[in-house]
Amino acid sequence: MSPLGALLVRDMRIAVRVGGGALMGVLFFLVVVTLVPFALGPDLALLKRIGPPILWLAALLANLLALDRLFAADHEDGSLDLLLMSEAPLELVVAAKGVAHWLTTGLPLVVAAPLIGLLLNLDALADAALVLTLLVGTPALTFIGLIGAAIAVALRRGGLLLAVLILPLTVPVLIFGVAAANAALTGPVTFGTPFTMLCALSLASLVVGPFAAAAALRQEIE
Amino acid sequence: MRLNAVDLACHRGGRDVFDGVSFSVTSGEALAITGRNGAGKSSLLRTVVGLVRIAAGRLALEGGDPEMTIAEQAHYLGHQDALKPSLSVGENLRFWAGFFGGKAAEIEGPLKAVGLDALIDLPAAYLSAGQRRRLSIARLLAVKRPIWLLDEPMSTLDAPSQQRLAGFMRVHLTEGGIVLAATHGALGIGDAQELRLGEPEQVQS
Repeated sequence: MSPLGALLVRDMRIAVRVGGGALMGVLFFLVVVTLVPFALGPDLALLKRIGPPILWLAALLANLLALDRLFAADHEDGSLDLLLMSEAPLELVVAAKGVAHWLTTGLPLVVAAPLIGLLLNLDALADAALVLTLLVGTPALTFIGLIGAAIAVALRRGGLLLAVLILPLTVPVLIFGVAAANAALTGPVTFGTPFTMLCALSLASLVVGPFAAAAALRQEIE
Repeated sequence: MRLNAVDLACHRGGRDVFDGVSFSVTSGEALAITGRNGAGKSSLLRTVVGLVRIAAGRLALEGGDPEMTIAEQAHYLGHQDALKPSLSVGENLRFWAGFFGGKAAEIEGPLKAVGLDALIDLPAAYLSAGQRRRLSIARLLAVKRPIWLLDEPMSTLDAPSQQRLAGFMRVHLTEGGIVLAATHGALGIGDAQELRLGEPEQVQS
């Protein structure tokens, strides 16, 4: 198996074992979204209107949960030193870890979203649009998050710094993700316009994230 | 193959850890790096492997693969064992073997060599400190790399395991490998060059 394949399999395996972050994110997502109708009361029209923003915000926060351990765990047990000694470039090593994180944290959110959408009175069309925006947008959240995770790698309470660093950077993703989902619901903009912007943001972060995170790791490791 | 260092210097945290360190190790030779605590033994190993930036001096490998860095041709056994507690003994070793480009199937031999073959399905969380160390040593056997950088490899090992590790080092040297080991005690591999870092510490009486 190639180095990156081995790393991908290992990270996913750790995530689904006891103490891993895979289930935690999707459970957090479920709990936050479930609490909203209780807080707002049974106003179906209101729930429908604020459904997409609530789901997107919950996805954003759920994605943060496992991020702070992404490099910190490897740093603490010495694995990161060895990961740096690979024949594979560090950028690709970082990207492989990002993909593993998305598969275990982002993808479950996308899968759970249609069910959770029911709680917020979203109809089938709105649900489908929302799932599509999450599918395209969550990789951006993960790969922007890589940068923060790499910067906070050596800090004991890195999770707090991570949120402060990363959440402002995810604002464009949030804006266009929610805009696309709303466009499908109410208009007047067509779904395609914000959705293509969201795709562009995702693709850009797939490129920038690993390079920035690798550069940060090289600085931090010393 | 020859690893040359000329006037290496290392600065960490605004402090000069060491400077003017030179050594030359050829295939089949071992270098024992000794010195008091804080003399820079670990820093020197981390410098060789590229985990710490070289502040001054030169480090070069003659006769190695010119396409690869020194780090890519070296095994580094640090203080930390780089094991994941939630993965089993076999999974941990299979990962590192696969990650370093070895054949993932061939982990039984190395595990048997370090005496952990019976524990292959046990989660690494349940291993003792010495067993964890032995599992990381198995990594050096699973994937062939010519340079071994060992940071106090004998610590936490019991006497039979220390002898076993000395045996692995001797085999590695006869196969033309290079061993750099930071150590306080004897390595048990016969004649090794010694590199003494720092001034001997004055003991106040």
